[in-house]
Formats: sequence, C-alpha cells, structure tokens
Amino acid sequence: MTTTGGPPIPPPPAEGLTTTRTAPRKLTKAELRAAEAKTRLTSPWASGIAIVIAILWTVPTFGVLLSSIRPQASIQSSGWWSWFTNPEFTLDNYDQVLYGTGTAFSTFFINSVTIALPAALIPVTLALLAAYAFAWIEFRGRDLLFVAVFSLQIVPLQIALIPLLREYVNWGLAGSFWTVWISHSIFALPLAIFLLHNFMKDIPPSLIEAARVDGAGHVKIFFRVLLPLLVPAIAAFSIYQFLWVWNDLLVALTMAGGTPNVAPLTVRLAELSGSRGADWHLLTAGALVAIVVPLIVFLSLQRFFVRGMLSGSVKG
Amino acid sequence: MALSETRPDSDVAGGPSAATTTTEGAPPPPAHWRTGLKEGSTAWTIVLVVLFVAAIGGAATFLLNVFGVLNIELDRDFWPNWMVGTTTWSSKLLLMVIAILMFVAVMTIVLLSADRARRIPNWAVAAAFLGPAALMLGLGLLYPAIRTIRESFFDRQSANFIGWDNYVDIFTQSGFQLVLRNTLVWVIIVPIVSTFIGLVYAVLVDRTRFEAVAKGLIFLPMAISLVGASIIWKFVYAFRPDQEGVEQIGLANQLLVWLGFSPQQFLITSPWNTLFLIVVMIWIQTGFAMTLLSAAIKNIPDDIIEAARLDGLSGARMFRYITVPAIRPALVVVLVAITMTTLKAFDIIYTMTGGQFETSVVANEFYFQSFRQGNFGVGAALAVFLFVAVIPVVIYQIRQLRLAEEIR
Repeated sequence: MTTTGGPPIPPPPAEGLTTTRTAPRKLTKAELRAAEAKTRLTSPWASGIAIVIAILWTVPTFGVLLSSIRPQASIQSSGWWSWFTNPEFTLDNYDQVLYGTGTAFSTFFINSVTIALPAALIPVTLALLAAYAFAWIEFRGRDLLFVAVFSLQIVPLQIALIPLLREYVNWGLAGSFWTVWISHSIFALPLAIFLLHNFMKDIPPSLIEAARVDGAGHVKIFFRVLLPLLVPAIAAFSIYQFLWVWNDLLVALTMAGGTPNVAPLTVRLAELSGSRGADWHLLTAGALVAIVVPLIVFLSLQRFFVRGMLSGSVKG
Repeated sequence: MALSETRPDSDVAGGPSAATTTTEGAPPPPAHWRTGLKEGSTAWTIVLVVLFVAAIGGAATFLLNVFGVLNIELDRDFWPNWMVGTTTWSSKLLLMVIAILMFVAVMTIVLLSADRARRIPNWAVAAAFLGPAALMLGLGLLYPAIRTIRESFFDRQSANFIGWDNYVDIFTQSGFQLVLRNTLVWVIIVPIVSTFIGLVYAVLVDRTRFEAVAKGLIFLPMAISLVGASIIWKFVYAFRPDQEGVEQIGLANQLLVWLGFSPQQFLITSPWNTLFLIVVMIWIQTGFAMTLLSAAIKNIPDDIIEAARLDGLSGARMFRYITVPAIRPALVVVLVAITMTTLKAFDIIYTMTGGQFETSVVANEFYFQSFRQGNFGVGAALAVFLFVAVIPVVIYQIRQLRLAEEIR
C-alpha cells in the first residue's frame, strides 16, 4: 500500500520525535464533528441504515455460533433461530469435530500452529534485515534492487506455485512442513520489505548518525537503535502475516495437499465442505474451531491487528 | 576499495550541519561507512567468506540443476525422518521449535560475522543483510514466475512448444469465456459495492457514541479466513426441499418462506449463484474499506467543513460535495486494493461450489486446470493472465496518486 490521504499506519516513532502540528486544533475539530454527528444521527434513516448494516454483518456468524452448540438432530430439522424458543446446549459437535476419526480437527489445529509461527517469524526477520540494508546501507545498485523488490509485490503467487512445487518434489521435500514455511516466507517478503523499509525511512537520520559517531556498526545500530523504535510496526506486520498464513488456503492446498500430517485447518474445512456439505453440525463447529484463533487475536490485539490488516491488504 | 580510512572519515561526516538537519529524505551516509570502528577479527572474516561461498554455491547448484546441467534428484529418504516425516503432535511442535532455532542460529552467525569481520567493504555488509531475502526472492519467486511464463507457451505436459494456443483457448473456448465473464463480474461488483457500503457506514458511525463497537462488528469478517466465511455463508444459503413438514435451516431461504416465496437453490442456479458468492466477498472487504475511509474522513481539514457549513451544506449534500472529493485518494487506494484481492479470490469458490454450476473464476480455474486436470499449459497461461490483469490496475493507482499529490 502506498501512502495516501489517510495513511493506515502512522509512522511509529512519530510520537515525541516530530512536531505535533495538529495538537492545538484538536478540540475544535472534535467539537465540530460531534455537533455534526449529532445532527446526522437525529435522522432516523441514517441510524436505521447503520443498524441494518451492522445486523447483516453479524447475524451470519451468530447463526453458525448458535448452531454449533445445538444437537445434531435439531440442526438438521430446524433453523438456528428456533433456539430462542427451544434452547438446547451441547458440546458433542465440538467433541466430534475435534477428535472424531473422520474429522480430527485437533490434529489440523496443531498443523496450523506449526505452520503459522515460523511462517510469520522468518519472513518478518528477513524483511527487517533487508529493509535496513535498503534504508541505511549505501551500496551500488541499491535503488535498482529496491525497485525490483517493490515491483515483485504485484506478482500474484499463483504464478510461482507450480515451478516451486516441482522444485520441492525434486529435492525430496514435498509434503513436509518445510515447503509450506519456505513458500509463505518467500511470498511474504516483497510486501514486508517494502512496508518495513517505509518505517525505517521514517526514523530520523540524526539518531543513526549519533549512533554511528558513538562507534556503532550496522549490526549494533540495527539492534540497539532501530528495532526498539520499530516494535509497533513489527508487531502489526507479524500479526498480519501470522493471520494471513493461518487463513491461507491456496499455498497450503498446493504445498501440503490434504495429508493430516501437514495440512492446516483451512484445507480440512474446505474439504469437509465438499465431502460432507450437509453435515452442518460438523461444519459449524469446524468453522468455529478454524476461526477461533483469528477471533481471539482480533479481540485482544485489535489496534495492531487493524493496522496490520490495512497495511497488508494488497498482498497477493 | 580504500580500506584504511575508517576512523577519520566517520568524524568528518559526523558534522551535524551536513547530515542531521535535512529532513526530507535521508542524507546519504558516507560511502566508506564501515561496520564499526573497532578492529574486527580475521576468524569472523573467514566465517563470512565461507557463508558467501556457501550461499553462492547453493544458488548455483540450484540453478544448474534447474537448467539440467546437474542432475540432482533427492529422495524423501535423503532427509532424516524427524525433518520430513512428523506425524505426532509433539514431533510437529518440536520440529517447529528446531526450525525456528536453526533459523535464529544461521542469522546470528551471518550477522555476527558481518559485525566482527575485519575491515570488510560496505557491499559485503549489505550482502549479509540482504542476501537471505534476495536469494529467496530470486530462486523462489522470480525464477518460478519466469518459468511459468515460459510454460504458458507449452502444451499440457510442458513438453512441446505451442505458441499462443493456450491463450487463444482461454479467450475463445466457451468454458473459459464464462470464467472470464465471471471474473469480470467479480472485479466490477465487489470493489464498488464494498467501498460504497464501507463509506456510507463510516460516515454514519463517525464520531457517534458506538463508533468503536460499530466498526468492530463490520471489521470482524476481515479476521476470519475466506474458508470460514464461506462456511458461514453456505449455511445462510442452505436449502431444504420445499415439502410439507420440512423446515428451512438456512436463513436466506427461511426469509423467502416467511415472505411467502418458495425456497431457492442459491448456490446452484446460474447465473445468479455468482452474485450470491460475491456477497461473501463484499461481506469480508467492506470492513477494510470502512476502516481506511473512516481514517481518511477524520483527516479532512476543519476549515473545509466549516466553509461548507457556512455555505449551508449538510447531510447528503455535504457527503456528496465535500466528503467524497476530499477523500478521493483514499477511495482510489481502497478500490484498487479490493480489486486486486478480488482478482485473486479463489477460496470462496473452491469452498462453496468447487467451481461447479458455472461459478468458476480465473484464480479458481488456475487451480482446477493445474491440479485436477493436469493441464499445466493452460494453468500457467491463467496465472500469467492474473499477473497481466493486475498491471493496469497498479498503473491506474500510481497515476491517480501522483495526480492527487500534484493537486496538493
């Protein structure tokens, strides 16, 4: 994402380092907008539309949540809204979807964890180092190389999948975690380098200059000066990348296939939707098992999460 | 390479007036900025050299093998079982920890050697920082992309050169034309509708008491995987036969029944099923549009709004004549980002219909042709099509943003 009127990610070191130009005007602005909002919301149409949108956006998820705790027989015979007249509660669906022989979501859950952690950590680390080199190490051909990495961002990952898979097969790695880790790391790099480079550039050169005068080399400057300042940006992007990997279907499907040894939750869930499309007691509970981690991350780290999502949304 | 001037030059360049006061754009660090002022050790220099040789050797082996000069073909048995054959929970998690530790160890050695080596030139430090990423991008993205482009001109087994035939097929065969039509429908409807709803919602909840919660509700679907969202909506569209004593379990059909209509096969009846799949994508992308546009709305300068208010603008006219023009750059970014995401959308169709019932799009067809049909030529051509289709969108965005900057 390039910069625009409303930059999704404010430069992290801005607080305290640059001048806060808008500070004195804040009050009037808030007052103005509050007054405006008041006039707007007195219109019943406006609030009506907002409420309808909010309901449309929540009810489908709520229906799945409610269904997942209803007994199988009830799910098959009546809609989830009948729960309000006939409340029932069971965890059988979850038990079956997690540990049942045909579904075994618990195994796939572990696979998802095993895939997602390294596939977030490795590209973020590599991208940080590369971004540092692009931002603060002078070498010949730097700009050209950076433009090359920048333009790799728009390459859709579909275009690399099959030759990559062939190489994995050739090197005897196909169907192992390594292929998924390596693939995700590769595909994450262009965007990660570009974004983190932007953050690095926002750091005042005087800080780095000062560290250099004190005798620090590049490695020291990277760890002692830049990393601490970049923590919010790194957190946001790591969370984004973690969830991207957790939610990914295409790479996992291609590299891991359907094997219970490697495949993550998304692959299993999509498969279940095809093979047992009418078993709603399994599908609803399975969907919730698959989305529970993103939901927890979303609810607990919303600030970082929104930032990361916005900055990373153009990834292929 | 003048290796002996480390110390004095740092002092000269440290003059604050030269470098530190410039704010726009970083001042170029002196070309002979070394890794450190202390003397490094020869041992680490050797380590660094060994690492370079290993990396270059590895990449060379890979490429020579790819081009058939070498003929290395490894078996799965080549690797120890704990690396590629994990089956239990504990072995998987252990492998994960080992992989992370291995990565950390390698990176530590690379950085330590770059830091401690004796008097190495700047490009060597840069190579240590950049090398791993550059290798991965070169061998794992650039080379495969070129290879795919090449394969798009070959037949289904990638054996014989057939020129543009795959592309001709894509544009002339009726099955593929349908895929292209569907893709076009997706790419037009999803960005416009989700941006519109997101914008309206952002304006409606801006500065209200419930703003945070209201926005969270809309943004929530962004957190969920496309597969999860597909299941959620498949349940909404669930269909039971229209018979006595059979209740609908899907919300959409129940609403139809309540309104006195007969239940529909939302996902099967073409061409409308494509629209019902598109709804899922809109449901996901609206939160993204809403959040970005909301931030842009809050950035509109006060004086503009004040002036408009003095001129008697309010409500819908304020929205039309002030808000929308003021956030135009953000609108372009949102539209472009959603377009690019939509173009590559694959998960929803794969999960909800599997591309049947005339719902396939290019990204889904790529998967289907490559892995189900084993038609690598057409699959590669579809992947290239995706790539080429993205380019005008990106150019449009760059132009628009440049235009916006000129106006400012």
